[in-house]
Amino acid sequence: MAGAAGPGTGPGAAGGDGDDSLYPIAVLIDELRNEDVQLRLNSIKKLSTIALALGVERTRTELLPFLTDTIYDEDEVLLALAEQLGNFTGLVGGPDFAHCLLPPLESLATVEETVVRDKAVESLRQISQEHTPVALEAHFVPLVKRLASGDWFTSRTSACGLFSVCYPRASNAVKAEIRQHFRSLCSDDTPMVRRAAASKLGEFAKVLELDSVKSEIVPLFTNLASDEQDSVRLLAVEACVSIAQLLSQEDLEALVMPTLRQAAEDKSWRVRYMVADKFSELQKAVGPKITLNDLIPAFQNLLKDCEAEVRAAAAHKVKELCENLPAEGRETIIMNQILPFIKELVSDTNQHVKSALASVIMGLSTILGKENTIEHLLPLFLAQLKDECPEVRLNIISNLDCVNEVIGIRQLSQSLLPAIVELAEDAKWRVRLAIIEYMPLLAGQLGMEFFDEKLNSLCMAWLVDHVYAIREAATNNLMKLVQKFGTEWAQNTIVPKVLVMANDPNYLHRMTTLFCINVLSEACGQEITTKQMLPIVLKMAGDQVANVRFNVAKSLQKIGPILDTDALQEEVKPVLQKLGQDEDMDVKYFAQEAISAVAQRLRKLDCSAKASEEPSARGADKNHFLRPRGPGEDTGKAHRERAARAVSEEAVEAARLQTRPSKGPAHQLHGNTRDTLAQLEIAELVHFSQSGD
Amino acid sequence: MSSSSPPVGAASAAISASEKVDGFTRKSVRKAQRQKRSQGSSQFRSQGSQAELHPLPQLKDATSNEQQELFCQKLQQCCILFDFMDSVSDLKSKEIKRATLNELVEYVSTNRGVIVESAYSDIVKMISANIFRTLPPSDNPDFDPEEDEPTLEASWPHIQLVYEFFLRFLESPDFQPSIAKRYIDQKFVQQLLELFDSEDPRERDFLKTVLHRIYGKFLGLRAFIRKQINNIFLRFIYETEHFNGVAELLEILGSIINGFALPLKAEHKQFLMKVLIPMHTAKGLALFHAQLAYCVVQFLEKDTTLTEPVIRGLLKFWPKTCSQKEVMFLGEIEEILDVIEPTQFKKIEEPLFKQISKCVSSSHFQVAERALYFWNNEYILSLIEENIDKILPIMFGSLYKISKEHWNPTIVALVYNVLKTLMEMNGKLFDDLTSSYKAERQREKKKELEREELWKKLEELKLKKALEKQNSAYNMHSILSNTSDE
Repeated sequence: MAGAAGPGTGPGAAGGDGDDSLYPIAVLIDELRNEDVQLRLNSIKKLSTIALALGVERTRTELLPFLTDTIYDEDEVLLALAEQLGNFTGLVGGPDFAHCLLPPLESLATVEETVVRDKAVESLRQISQEHTPVALEAHFVPLVKRLASGDWFTSRTSACGLFSVCYPRASNAVKAEIRQHFRSLCSDDTPMVRRAAASKLGEFAKVLELDSVKSEIVPLFTNLASDEQDSVRLLAVEACVSIAQLLSQEDLEALVMPTLRQAAEDKSWRVRYMVADKFSELQKAVGPKITLNDLIPAFQNLLKDCEAEVRAAAAHKVKELCENLPAEGRETIIMNQILPFIKELVSDTNQHVKSALASVIMGLSTILGKENTIEHLLPLFLAQLKDECPEVRLNIISNLDCVNEVIGIRQLSQSLLPAIVELAEDAKWRVRLAIIEYMPLLAGQLGMEFFDEKLNSLCMAWLVDHVYAIREAATNNLMKLVQKFGTEWAQNTIVPKVLVMANDPNYLHRMTTLFCINVLSEACGQEITTKQMLPIVLKMAGDQVANVRFNVAKSLQKIGPILDTDALQEEVKPVLQKLGQDEDMDVKYFAQEAISAVAQRLRKLDCSAKASEEPSARGADKNHFLRPRGPGEDTGKAHRERAARAVSEEAVEAARLQTRPSKGPAHQLHGNTRDTLAQLEIAELVHFSQSGD
Repeated sequence: MSSSSPPVGAASAAISASEKVDGFTRKSVRKAQRQKRSQGSSQFRSQGSQAELHPLPQLKDATSNEQQELFCQKLQQCCILFDFMDSVSDLKSKEIKRATLNELVEYVSTNRGVIVESAYSDIVKMISANIFRTLPPSDNPDFDPEEDEPTLEASWPHIQLVYEFFLRFLESPDFQPSIAKRYIDQKFVQQLLELFDSEDPRERDFLKTVLHRIYGKFLGLRAFIRKQINNIFLRFIYETEHFNGVAELLEILGSIINGFALPLKAEHKQFLMKVLIPMHTAKGLALFHAQLAYCVVQFLEKDTTLTEPVIRGLLKFWPKTCSQKEVMFLGEIEEILDVIEPTQFKKIEEPLFKQISKCVSSSHFQVAERALYFWNNEYILSLIEENIDKILPIMFGSLYKISKEHWNPTIVALVYNVLKTLMEMNGKLFDDLTSSYKAERQREKKKELEREELWKKLEELKLKKALEKQNSAYNMHSILSNTSDE
């Protein structure tokens, strides 16, 4: 196979003579020859083990030459090798020997696959820091030069990333050579190389002397920024940020600004997009004066660009741009030079543009203050709340807190409510999900009274949504609301409604009651849980649908820690024991899980008095694991984790499902995994019909 | 092309009750609701007010000494561009330009002696002004060329005629490359190549013919064109993974390769190994695989010694997870085997049949089926028969296993046939392999155990060394930090 190039000879032969210390390399070679890529990969990933076993000297003299010679393999193996070698300095004997690592990395830096090459360059950059200045000039710089003048574009591309790491520590003569090499790569014939050079231009400029920046980097920048390929030109925009930071205002004006102005009006939208995307960085780099004279007009053009992509990118930057303007005169500039363009964008034809704007526009209110917000921004917010695109509305709603600080939310509430209601009933469940997530925030800002009046019914309606993810989000939402409004509110408004659902003819709704209790019990505290919730849960243990029954078991386990000893002993335990004898195996399983959790809880509460009961509970517990478990899976541990972390429930269940591959699909789906909604409901129905007969 | 973007209201109203119920409508259903889209070129901005076109007299009505000047006037008139995204503006001028372009097409294709030296500049200027433009961003970022409708060029009513005119111009008997090369130069070709990224298949089709003609007529541009295509492909493979015109460019290359002189230049071999073979890794291989495989086979027909590196290259990039691509690879291997020389076959039979053996035992039945179809190919069968001693031991294990275990009855039936064929080729070897099958499996298991054992020992050795190191306290920190991720 591919990895087996040049095997029998070299260090491999040493494995034969029976010397114990010699076989690591033999193992490696054997593994590198293996036909299975995965095994080759494993052995490469353990390269440091092999090196350590070999010792530094033999790593240098045998392992590295072997690796250098055998580099021809799947890219995945090469990637792992390139990564490993970056951390190898200690294993070859420290910085004095770091240069030994260069030959294999040099080969890796010339391969076709970009990820391998990039990783090799990363490792080379890392290792360059470990070289002494002398070794750097003797070994590293020649490598960079070799790569920079390689035949195939890959080596020249890799070289681009290495200039900046060796330049600062090189002598003056060598520095001049390095600059020369970089210059020639900037005008390379192959666009790939020019792109690589352009993307490293900023980084290289930072390590150069200011004079060289002016005399060499700026011309290179100007050239790249007017390259025939737009993919090169747009990278020059990025470099512009770094270069601008290095120059004085006059130099900037003379050397950089003509090019930047040209980029902002480039005929390719990709370049203009880049200018918009980097706008904040550019703004900071060129300083306030040039911003006012040049960047603001350029920004206005970008906001009304003919391509929606460019407008959207610019719209994203509106807030940052305004924030970064000098405080003095900021308001006037925004009002006169930015706001008119923003107003246009509110009714843009492209929804991405509108939603980009909607995601930042609220931030302007803090900058502009109360009066301007009410007079100028509020109409825009209101228009956006009525936008046909749900994403725009959502973006506005999700940033309400900014406005709330400035003008209070009441100003908006008239328009807010229809928008929320509409989103809450959107046909796309992802939209509904998004708005649910903002409910706690809205509740906090609108206040309890407004909430009860207008929004509470929505929150309850989500509990009976036909999509499981919505029902789940709705239950979590209730918990957050209770945390916000307190237990008294919960007792009066939420709990009764939730508990009524326990008698719903639809078993999915009955289960929702249980899910709500799971999350609400903690927020509501012991009293409400014991007095109001527990009786309902216990009553549901007699439900005719097995899914409901095993969720009762799960709920009891869940609320166990909140209940006191009496409730556990007198009420919970008998019910669980009854469920433990259920005809359905899943109900039995979860009942047993709960029994052992409850037993542990009881033991904790009252270890001396109830000590006698514990062994029997544990014993019963073990006997009831009827189905095979994964090897080595400690059940006690599993349930401890379960009690500790509610989320782990699904993982345990998923593992459990995997351990029973022989069962039919209906049973496999029986467990309540949350991600496949439609599927899940079908599965539950299947089970329903099964348990019916 | 009257519509520019789909009416949003209509789309949202179309959300049916069924979508409310399951939330997941099928992609294709959703797509069907969308109308065909068109887009304008990105260059069209802030051109200011349009000059209105006034109709010029017909060329056929002009006297022959006026004709030439009128021709140039018309060419200049056609340099003016119109915004087709706005379907109501400049209707009259648009119609005048369309009629003029039609007239120009007819003029150069039916008259002789009208393409005089002085006209070249205006002709190329008119073509450049119309077709060279920055392509706009795709309005569907995850455009799936197999499923989605392409976005069509809005100004097609004009651009089509310009391409038509360009082709007639190039194909005219009066056309003189020696004059045209002053205008159709490297920069021109570069811009032309960039247009191949157009989403509009009609445009790419024209471009394909145009570029092919240019390659044929301008010898001085050939190397440049090949190099630029090279760069486009490399960018496609390693950088963007996106370029709409790959299939068209490969099609042109197919005929270019056909004309390569022998022996092949190093440049061409490099193109095969470093560009065409890595191109098999592309995500959208299905869109251009036929053209790509054609190019590869063209190379092998030119120079059979390339067979070994090509097949090794394909094996290196063999798809690991995508069954659809695996089927394509198998198809390409069969095309190669169809033209392979028996001496070349011997060089690659071992690695190749190891891969085929893996494909045959794929749990994806289409992959297994495609690989098993090799045994229906007479020529491949004869190659296998010649080398049965080598191939049977490689194939036997997986064939034997599938005949017992594969879930798909069709595959099992096919495998029985293949086993029967192989048995007939060398009954003795077949019997030996059957009887040693179990022992072989056990040996493999034992080897596996030994491997694990070796690694364990190595681990111990590492610990021992690490301890020694600790004792001598040499360079301790760096080693620990280097091995801490173990």
